[in-house]
Amino acid sequence: MTTNLHLWLIPLLPLAGAALNGLLGRGLSKRAVAIIGVGFPGAAFAWALVVASRFVALPFERIPYTEYILPWIAAGSFQANIAFYLDQLSLVMLLVVTGVGLLIHVYSVGYMEHEGGYYRFFAYLNLFMFFMLMLILADNYLLMFVGWEGVGLASYLLIGFFFLKQSAANAGKKAFIVNRVGDFGFLLGMFLLIRHFDSLNFADVFKAVSHYPVETAGAGLLTAISLLLMVGATGKSAQLPLYVWLPDAMEGPTPVSALIHAATMVTAGIYMIARSNPLFSRSPIALTVVAVIGCLTAIFAATIGMTQTDIKRVLAYSTISQLGYMFMACGVAAYSAGIFHLMTHAFFKALLFLCAGSVIHALSGEQDMRRMGGLRKQIPWTFWTMTAGTFAIAGFPPLAGFFSKDEILWKAWSTTALRSVAGPALNYTLWTLALLTAGLTSFYMFRLWFLTFFGEFRGGSADAHGHGDAHASHSPHESPGIMLGPLVLLAILSVFGGWAGVPHALGGSNRFDQFLAPVIQSSSEAMSAGQRAGEPQPEAAEEHAERNAELALTAASVGVAAIGFGFAWLFYFKRRDLPARVTAVLGGIYDTVRDKYYVDELYHALFVRPIVGISNFFWRDIDVGVIDATVNGAAHASQDVSDSLRRMQSGNIRSYAGWIATGAALVIVYMIWLGAR
Amino acid sequence: MQNHILSIILLTPLVGAIVLLFVPKENKNAIRWIANLFALGGFVISLPLVPWFWAKVDQPGFKFVEGAANNWIPSIGAGYLIGIDGISFLLIMLTTLLGWISILSSWEAIQDRVKEYYVWFLILQTGMLGVFMALDFFLFYVFWEVMLVPMYLLIGIWGGPRKLYAAIKFFLYTLVGSVLLLLGILFLYFHHHAMGNPYTFAFVDVTGAGTAAMGGVWASAASIATKWGLKYVILLFIAFFVGFAIKVPMFPFHTWLPDAHVEAPTAGSVILAGVLLKMGTYGLIRFSLPFFPAAAMHPTVRFWMITLSIIGILYGALVSLMQKDMKKLVAYSSVSHLGFCTLGLFALNPLGLSGSVLQQLNHGVSTGALFLIVGILYERRHTREISEYGGIASVMPVYATITLIMFMSSLGLPPLNGFMGEFTILGGAFMENRVWVFWAVWGVVLGAAYLLWLYQRVFFGPVNNPKNQNLPDLTTREIATFVPLVILAVAMGVYPKPIFRILQQPVETIVKIVRPSEYGTFNAHAGETAPPAQPAATPEGTR
Repeated sequence: MTTNLHLWLIPLLPLAGAALNGLLGRGLSKRAVAIIGVGFPGAAFAWALVVASRFVALPFERIPYTEYILPWIAAGSFQANIAFYLDQLSLVMLLVVTGVGLLIHVYSVGYMEHEGGYYRFFAYLNLFMFFMLMLILADNYLLMFVGWEGVGLASYLLIGFFFLKQSAANAGKKAFIVNRVGDFGFLLGMFLLIRHFDSLNFADVFKAVSHYPVETAGAGLLTAISLLLMVGATGKSAQLPLYVWLPDAMEGPTPVSALIHAATMVTAGIYMIARSNPLFSRSPIALTVVAVIGCLTAIFAATIGMTQTDIKRVLAYSTISQLGYMFMACGVAAYSAGIFHLMTHAFFKALLFLCAGSVIHALSGEQDMRRMGGLRKQIPWTFWTMTAGTFAIAGFPPLAGFFSKDEILWKAWSTTALRSVAGPALNYTLWTLALLTAGLTSFYMFRLWFLTFFGEFRGGSADAHGHGDAHASHSPHESPGIMLGPLVLLAILSVFGGWAGVPHALGGSNRFDQFLAPVIQSSSEAMSAGQRAGEPQPEAAEEHAERNAELALTAASVGVAAIGFGFAWLFYFKRRDLPARVTAVLGGIYDTVRDKYYVDELYHALFVRPIVGISNFFWRDIDVGVIDATVNGAAHASQDVSDSLRRMQSGNIRSYAGWIATGAALVIVYMIWLGAR
Repeated sequence: MQNHILSIILLTPLVGAIVLLFVPKENKNAIRWIANLFALGGFVISLPLVPWFWAKVDQPGFKFVEGAANNWIPSIGAGYLIGIDGISFLLIMLTTLLGWISILSSWEAIQDRVKEYYVWFLILQTGMLGVFMALDFFLFYVFWEVMLVPMYLLIGIWGGPRKLYAAIKFFLYTLVGSVLLLLGILFLYFHHHAMGNPYTFAFVDVTGAGTAAMGGVWASAASIATKWGLKYVILLFIAFFVGFAIKVPMFPFHTWLPDAHVEAPTAGSVILAGVLLKMGTYGLIRFSLPFFPAAAMHPTVRFWMITLSIIGILYGALVSLMQKDMKKLVAYSSVSHLGFCTLGLFALNPLGLSGSVLQQLNHGVSTGALFLIVGILYERRHTREISEYGGIASVMPVYATITLIMFMSSLGLPPLNGFMGEFTILGGAFMENRVWVFWAVWGVVLGAAYLLWLYQRVFFGPVNNPKNQNLPDLTTREIATFVPLVILAVAMGVYPKPIFRILQQPVETIVKIVRPSEYGTFNAHAGETAPPAQPAATPEGTR
């Protein structure tokens, strides 16, 4: 033990901040609350940087670095510890979460200035950081689950932050319960792991799994575990069919949407799958399911995103769609591409949400894009940073989103990991849908961009719909420096962040992929151990052809991004009358998409109503009507019996004589019967 | 003092009750102070037991044994024989703590017949402690019945509008169970004699100074099957089971519970949920499993035990969802939680069984707190209708925060205590049968649903009801009642290891009796399904 990274400090610092603000915050000034609320996550980020610098200097055999803290649970032969685990994957997550997290905390200082419960907000936000860091640094599934549920709690509290709003409270509850449905899978997956490996420890499980062959023949144990874990991931990462909570979660304050519902928490499912790559890589079936779900979610959410008018809802559906990309990346066993996109997405989506927040702030609470427009003059900083984010997410080179999305598309096209389940047709389908999604993404993002910043301001007088507070009567105003600083930094990251993973085809060396290789390595090992053993390595000529194919696909994806831009320009800048005409032509189809395919209504009819009905039936008909009625009936019956017995003791001599005579008669009859027998 | 610590803990509340008898009933504050003093004293005096017990944690059998077999009524073989193992130790600590908290919480809630109230409460406390300590069936049964009367009076005198109905229902229902239990005990007693032993009610053999092991009546329980046939073992199991299942309460014996809870005063509910229900599960663990292992492992019996547990989990949760009265909601949630406890119990493996005991403690802590929480609002508004509330979080922020923590504990949010219990129970059950767990896990989902919905309706939203606008937040005394429970909820979740350690030895004893093969084959599960190429994947210790 030469280097000690003191990983425990990283989650503990935000927890201390949460405790300080939560317990004492009510009596502190806003300034003090802000210093505590930003200072502790800031210190965590600083320490994460120190950890990163020491980590890269660690000798190879010390990675993954583990830090044992406390024995936690030991029952029967099962045991789990509170311990931390740092490898390349968790390091990337660590830096993204603490870095982006810190920026959003800083932004919140300005954004939440005029809201009540300032201290409570920062306490919850720090609490979220604590749980998220536990999730990332956990060295076993059980501890990961603690973080997993904890971020859910923090999200519940932060969505319900405006708890006077009924819709906010509903959204918080919905998010928690839908995630619990996902946890159902996570829990069962863990039980299977305990049952078969007697451990939930990453190192133990992956070591044991490394002796298992790839399940090419059909579904086996690893497929079952992977699919169950995936159910958990679909809940947290808002994939079909459990995505329904995320759009509603936008009821929370905008920095919360940026931090929790875009940049970090929702990526936990992706992280979990990437972390479990030794399991998933051994199950082509599970991978296929993950890929298909991710792909369908991506395009499904993108279509809804095109029709929304609430600026945050557009971004929410965009988040679901982008998470679909990451899911698909994991599904085609391109985990590092998934994590790469996770990182770049954290930059540009946090940026987009914060910019949206800045717009909303400027308009004193307006979120409807139909009442925006022409804002590029009034809020230039927000405009330019948002422009960077929009081009990044749309996939224009050389911005961050281009590289990460392109890599996913390429892997979807070229992977052989799913061969035992489906032929190349699956690859092409995944790729085509993903490409289409890229075009839609570009369209709805530029739609947002044009609607918000170009044309004429359509809001009318601001106080007509504002909060009615002091600054509502102001014309749109730029946000204060403390909010713009994070925007600028995130914009820089959105522009340059992708350069960490420039692919070989474009003359780079994809350092990001190489950095993560030791974590993901096991997948290629699994492949070679399983099916590709003995296959010849690709020839140089093949490599050349592959490179050309990759370049062609890249050109295609840039092409659709440009087409998306062109349509948005045409519809929302050049010919503003077109959208209305197109919707009129589409009619019912448009309405269905705009109303989110009525999925919420469907779930209500399929799940909520029947459960309420069954519960009522159980309570009123079974519990009161049958069980309790039986109990009371038994009591009444015994009362009746004793009542009639009591009547016999009448004290009347003659009635007693009658009873004696009857008794004697019965005895005689009985004796006669005995004799006659 | 170690030699008599159990008697001291047992008798402290009783002494308090006797002292109270000499205080004039008009002097209400003096009565309150004395009762609280003895209740707190009862808790404080039980604290030294923690290090003392810990020092003997690996010692097998019962510890701190006092008295002897047959020393009380020698002619029938009844004795004052008490002692504890890890299971009863934990339940005793829970009892002394909750006893103190309930008495503290009654300070303002009880204004009528104050003296009688505290006298009965303290007697109840002794009765409950006695049940967990008794190592003699006669003594056990005496405490079991003694406990019934004060609870009946607490509900019947200090209860709500339908208190008489609820009290009588509670009393008769449990009495029916007790009678069957008594029959079972008498059968064991006479059977033991018939096997050529002197009459005794003791179910342990004293093995040394302060220690005892399963013995006495238990020693001949194994011969019931050979002498009378398996049918009798199962009948005996059922007799004991009904007695205990009513107390738990397991579905479908649960309908007394909502009535009793709704009508009982707050402190009564806390004790009822926190401790009294545990007597049922305790009885199942202490008697039903080790005395009748053949029945407990009988596939049909086990099938029904598990089925009733799972029905209880889901049914309790679903019915909770629909309740309009907060207390009734919490009462039905108890049915669901106790379903988890019995599920773990009848999983009959170390993981499930220790999870079951842990969950019993958790339920005592969190549901006890939930009843206190309901009581706080009831004292202020005199209604428990959920629809009467809304927006309480902005009026009573401290109260809202504590409630949130305890709700999270109850719905099993890691790392709080409830999760640890549910997780180990489900993990234990999963080792036996995956289908059980598939159903039971939905109880976890529904648990979140009914509690969060309740929280939302009571605490979130605007304050629409003008009566709620000026509710005072918690007083210092009220906060004091919650602090130990909140600390426990966190501590037992973050660091449950000592509890598992305490449970390890008694659980092992029981599992070894019930399924002797378990300890031999348990680890083999790990390698059982490994692919043939891989000879038994041996899990390695993780450091």
